[in-house]
Amino acid sequence: MTRQESQEQRRTSPETGAEPTPIISVRDLVVGYGGPPIIDGLSIDILPGRVTAIIGGSGCGKSTLLKSVVGLLTPQAGSVRVAGHDLAALDEDALVGALSNVGLLFQQGALLNSITVAQNVAMPLEVHSRLSREVIALTVRLKLELVGLAHAAELLPSELSGGMKKRAGLARAMVLDPELLLCDEPSAGLDPQTAADIDQLILRLKDTFRMTVVVVTHELASIEAIADDVVMLGRGGVLLFSGSKEEAQRCGVPEVRDFFARRTPEAGGDTRPLLDVLEGRP
Amino acid sequence: MRLDLSGVERMDSAGAAFCALLQRRVAAAGGTLELSGVSPAARDSLSVFRVRDSDASPGRRREGFFERVGGSVYSSFLGFVLFAVLVTDTFYATVTGFFGRRQRVRLAAIIEQMIRIGLESFAIVGLISFLVGLTVSLQSAVQLAQFGANIFLVDLIALGMTRELGPLITAIILAGRCGSSIAAELATMVITEEVDALRTMGVQPVRFLVVPRYIAISIMQPLLTMMANLLGILGGFVIALVSLEIGPEAFGLRLMNSLMLWDIVTGLIKSVAFAWIIVFVGAHRGFQVYGGAVGVGKATTDSVVQAIFAVIVADAFFSIIFYL
Ligand SMILES: Nc1ncnc2c1ncn2[C@@H]1O[C@H](COP(=O)(O)OP(=O)(O)OP(=O)(O)O)[C@@H](O)[C@H]1O
Ligand SMILES: [Mg+2]
Repeated sequence: MTRQESQEQRRTSPETGAEPTPIISVRDLVVGYGGPPIIDGLSIDILPGRVTAIIGGSGCGKSTLLKSVVGLLTPQAGSVRVAGHDLAALDEDALVGALSNVGLLFQQGALLNSITVAQNVAMPLEVHSRLSREVIALTVRLKLELVGLAHAAELLPSELSGGMKKRAGLARAMVLDPELLLCDEPSAGLDPQTAADIDQLILRLKDTFRMTVVVVTHELASIEAIADDVVMLGRGGVLLFSGSKEEAQRCGVPEVRDFFARRTPEAGGDTRPLLDVLEGRP
Repeated sequence: MRLDLSGVERMDSAGAAFCALLQRRVAAAGGTLELSGVSPAARDSLSVFRVRDSDASPGRRREGFFERVGGSVYSSFLGFVLFAVLVTDTFYATVTGFFGRRQRVRLAAIIEQMIRIGLESFAIVGLISFLVGLTVSLQSAVQLAQFGANIFLVDLIALGMTRELGPLITAIILAGRCGSSIAAELATMVITEEVDALRTMGVQPVRFLVVPRYIAISIMQPLLTMMANLLGILGGFVIALVSLEIGPEAFGLRLMNSLMLWDIVTGLIKSVAFAWIIVFVGAHRGFQVYGGAVGVGKATTDSVVQAIFAVIVADAFFSIIFYL
C-alpha cells in the first residue's frame, strides 16, 4: 500500500464515512534553529481523539516538530495549524487562549526550578482559570496523584529524579485537561512498571477527556499498548510513514519494517568496517 | 608498507585509530598498507569500528574573513533590534500589567525582588559609599586646609556624592549584584527550556520574568542611592570633625546652604536611568544566551561589563545635560 492510499483510507473513518478535520495540520513545514533547516518540507495531519506515536531515530527532529506545533519555533516556510489556528499569526490574547487547549511535556521536563512541584503544576491553572486557591490546590493534588507524585508535591524540581521530573512535567502538561496533549518521550527513563502506568494514564485521558495525544516514543511496547496512529520521521525530518498502527505494522517502508521487527537497520550506507579498509577489501 | 599485528593481545580504540591513521598516511603518500598476521584480538577490535570512505564528516565550517566581519555586523545589528524589542515589550507589559485585564503584574513577585535587591546590596552599598566619602574628604581636606578653605569640604562632599558618586557607586554595585544575577537566572532558564515552558503555558517571559525585576530595581535603586548619598556625606562629616574641626552645627548649616534639591533630584533621575540600563542589559544578555554552562557564564560576565560601561557613558551624557 502506498503512503498516499493509506492516508486516504484513514481520513474517511469507517463508522461515519465523514472526514474528521485534523487537529494538527502541518503543511510543507520548514523549521530550524537559525542554521540550516532541521525539518525541511514536512506535511502531516494528526486526527482528533486518537493517540499518535511519533517515532524516528535520535536527532531526526521529533522534539523540533513538537516545538513548532506549540509555536515555540516560527516556521521559515509552510504552516502549522492547531485546531484551525495558525499560532504564529495570533496576537497575545488569542495565543494565550489557544495555548490553554494545548499541553506540552518537554523531553527534559522543563520545570521551573525556583518553585515547588505543586506550584509548577498549579501555574497553568493560575494563568488560564479564575478558580479559587482551594480548587487549584485540590486539582493539583489530583493530578499529582494520577502520576504518582503526591508525596513529592512540596519538593523543588532539583530534588527530583529524572523520571519524577518527567512525571511532574506530565502532570503540568495535562492539568488544564487540554484538547491536545503533546508528550516528548513520556516514559523514557522510567522503570517498566511506571512506564506502563503512564501508558494507561494516557489511554484513560484519551477516553475520559477525549484528549488527542501525540507521544514521541521509542518504546515498541508502549506503541503497541496505546497508539492508534503512527508517524515515522527519517533523517532531516522527512516523513517516512503516516497512518494507523495496523498499517504501520504491515507497511513496506524498510525503516518502518525494521523498527517494528526490532531490527537494526543496515549499518549506515557509506561506512565500512575498519578491518575491510585496512585489508584493502572493497 | 607492512604492518605486523601477530603479536597483538589486546587492541584499544586508540590502537585502532592509529592503524586507520597509518593507512591514510600511507595511502596519501601513494603506497598501500598491508596487514600481516592479524591476531584474533586485533581482528575483533578492527571490525567493531567503521569508517567513512568519503571522510566528509561535516564538522564546523570555517568562515572566511569577510563572512566573519559581515556576520558580526549583522549580529550586532540584530542584537540591537532585539534589545529595542525587549525594552518596548517591557514598557508595554508594565503599562498593560497595571491597567489591562489579563496577566496583571504580580505584586508579590515585585516585592520579593525588591527585598532581594535590598538585602543583597544595602550593606555593601552603604559601606562603600561611607568609605568613598571618607577617602575623598580626607584627600581633599589636606588641600583645602592649605588654603584655609576648610568649610568648603562640605560643599565638595555634598555635591560630589549626590550628583555623581552616590548614583555611580550604587549603579556599579548593583550591576555586579543584580545585573549579573538577572543575566544568570534568565540564561539558565533559557537553557533548561524553562522560558519555553512558560511560553507554552501562555505566560509571556517578559511579563513574568523581566517586569517584576524592572519595577523592583526602578524603585530600589533610587532608595539605595539616597542611602549612599547619606552615608557618603556622613563619611565626609567624620573627616570634617576629626581633621578640620568643623562641628556638627557648622557642617549642617553649610550643608543646607550648599545642597540644592535639584542636585539630589538629578542624582535620583540618573539612578533610575542606571537601573534601567542594568536590568535591560542583564535581561538581554540572559535571553540571548548561547551554549550550555559556558554560555551562562559568558552572559553573566558580559552583562556586568556592558552594564558598567553603559552606566559610565550615560553618566557622562547626563553630566553634560544637567550640569554644563
Ligand atoms: N537548540 C538547538 N539549537 C540548534 N540545533 C538544535 C537545537 N535543538 C536541536 N537541534 C538540532 O536539531 C536536530 C533535531 O533535534 P531534535 O531535538 O528535534 O531531535 P529528536 O528527534 O527529538 O531526537 P531525540 O530522539 O534524541 O530526542 C538535531 O540534529 C539537533 O542537532
Ligand atoms: Mg527529542
